[in-house]
Amino acid sequence: MKIKTILAAGAMTVAAVAAQNAQAGAVLDGIKAKGFVQCGVNTGLPGFSAANAEGKWEGIDVDVCRAIAAAVLGDANSVQYTPLTAAQRFTALQSGEIDILSRNTTATTTRDAKLGLTFVGINYYDGQGFLIPKALGVKSATELDGATVCVEPGTTTELNLADYFRAKGMSFEPVVIENINEATAAFFSGRCDVYTTDASGLASIRTTMAENPDDYMILPEIISKEPLGPVVAQGDEQWSDVARWALTAMVEAEELGVTMENVDDMKANSTNPGIQRLLGVSPGMGEALGLDEEWAYRIIKNVGNYGESYEKNVTAKLGLERGLNALWTDGGLQYAWPVR
Amino acid sequence: MSDNAKSPPLPTGTFAERAVSWSKKNLFDGWFNSILTIGAIAFLLWLIPPIIEWGIVNATLEPTIEGCKEVSGACWGFVNANLRLILFGTYPYDEQWRPLLAMIILMGIICGSLGAVKYPGLRKAIIPMWVIGVPIIAILMWGGVLGLTYVQNSYWGGLPLTLILSSIGVIFAFPFGLLLALGRQSHMPAIKTMSVVYIEVIRGVPLITVLFMASVMFPLFLPDGVTIDKLLRAQIGIILFTAAYLAEVFRGGLQAVPRGQFEAGDSLALSYWQSMRLIILPQALRLVIPPTVNSFISMFKDTTLVVIIGLFDFLGTVKLALRSDPAWTKYYVEGYAFAAAIFFLICFSMAKYSAYLEKELRKGERR
Repeated sequence: MKIKTILAAGAMTVAAVAAQNAQAGAVLDGIKAKGFVQCGVNTGLPGFSAANAEGKWEGIDVDVCRAIAAAVLGDANSVQYTPLTAAQRFTALQSGEIDILSRNTTATTTRDAKLGLTFVGINYYDGQGFLIPKALGVKSATELDGATVCVEPGTTTELNLADYFRAKGMSFEPVVIENINEATAAFFSGRCDVYTTDASGLASIRTTMAENPDDYMILPEIISKEPLGPVVAQGDEQWSDVARWALTAMVEAEELGVTMENVDDMKANSTNPGIQRLLGVSPGMGEALGLDEEWAYRIIKNVGNYGESYEKNVTAKLGLERGLNALWTDGGLQYAWPVR
Repeated sequence: MSDNAKSPPLPTGTFAERAVSWSKKNLFDGWFNSILTIGAIAFLLWLIPPIIEWGIVNATLEPTIEGCKEVSGACWGFVNANLRLILFGTYPYDEQWRPLLAMIILMGIICGSLGAVKYPGLRKAIIPMWVIGVPIIAILMWGGVLGLTYVQNSYWGGLPLTLILSSIGVIFAFPFGLLLALGRQSHMPAIKTMSVVYIEVIRGVPLITVLFMASVMFPLFLPDGVTIDKLLRAQIGIILFTAAYLAEVFRGGLQAVPRGQFEAGDSLALSYWQSMRLIILPQALRLVIPPTVNSFISMFKDTTLVVIIGLFDFLGTVKLALRSDPAWTKYYVEGYAFAAAIFFLICFSMAKYSAYLEKELRKGERR
């Protein structure tokens, strides 16, 4: 009885926190007042968010925060980063410690509906895959019956793995290792046949950790959907709109061929109505969001379009091609809602 | 027993003769000890050369990935290239002289305070040093005044953070632990019960749980807009945790002081606090120097756990550097070896100082 009471009190507090956030415009006004966006990022995931040798945060997730800062405050550097672990991330958002969480977070029903969060878009489509040594002679994940699999514990990765093998009626022997360095070392020393994690992670492990990357291959099967995107606390619609459209503007800019380099030229000379709307030549978009008309121009000028951000971070750091993250016109999934 | 009785007869003969007789006496004293000696030598011969070969002979300091790929040994270039990231974490690059200066001041204050045992003249300076030094360190780290730019403490990291967390931890945990130990010995039931419950509860959970609660659960119970700083929450967690352990160490010391000493205090009509300060604690604390330092060393190493709540202590910044560029990731052995060396250096100094302190404070007992 007592434990129930305590738990109920805890749940009510969480709900109360979520409810108190529900004042439209509060977050945006707060950001304008304090002069920076407080952004929750990963504590270190190359290509997504990692500190460079000078201690500056870089990555495709970091660029989302920079884009929002450029749109709202005019300066992409007006961001303060809070590195967060997986366990802390939602609390930090719910308690108002951060304004936005841009930390390779998978959008799921429970998170969106139950935790009082709003996903504002998807900036990276990932999925779980398998890395194997070519010497194993396996061409498909369906041939992995009886394999030993290296996996990190306590993640959806571990659950997906079990689900997949059960669904296929196959058996496997998990080798559960907490630390990613040790896990990969175990894999490359031959302690397990297969290493599994998100495909982006597999690609970077293959190119950077293997003695000879050509001896290893990623199997074609992707066994889970991991749409990763930035998240805000539920309740402040104006703020979630700003975040959503800042991300959308980056993709829209790529669709329209507007880059960091040519944005000034486009703004002055383009006759394409879509570009004119995006860059604020024909006004209305900024006003609708509660920003000025140059919001998207500043995003592209300071941070670049989605493709540029992807090239600079994911391709350069991890050697990953666009794949699912190509524009829809190139066979990928990135499809910007029209800015109009 | 006088020192003379213990000392061996004066050595005679040439150096070689003495070496032979010494090793006969100390290394090959009977067949069992001879086997142990030979075994130990064989083990060292097996262990040391590959480490030297890897760490020195075949190693490189060149701070590029290309340079590291060329050598078969250790890639100290990883540490070389990322030294500032490892030392100062994500603290703004151009401002890193501030944590460096703060760290030097902190080390100066610590050395000054510890040196007071040898140079009694420093004793009066201890409190002023901390009272003046800590605000200076805070101003350097945070900034926001005197033309220094403001730096949120989510940007603090590396060695300064480790030193700040552990030295502030020691300074506050020590008196708090002492009060808890006295509370546990108290005749007042309320205070005694509170102290016992506190000590047992905190000792019954791992530090990682305390940090986790402070970082994940606690913020949910605060009203909206009120956030207590992440670093402060971790610092308080470390203090509360260490204090409980220190309290038990101190209790051991208090119990080892003979009953007569308490009675002596009473018979001189000293108040409780006077007799504690003048008679009991000086004896009790001296007795427990080794376990106290033991607690400090373990707390110093425990500060690395703050990495689970997204703070980058010295070990955390090594991990940060490993992930700064995926190409560096495979040189994690070098990174961790470097961190281990620094941690060892600091912990070993603490242990050495404790041995020195014990010797110094026992002077009164020796003949």
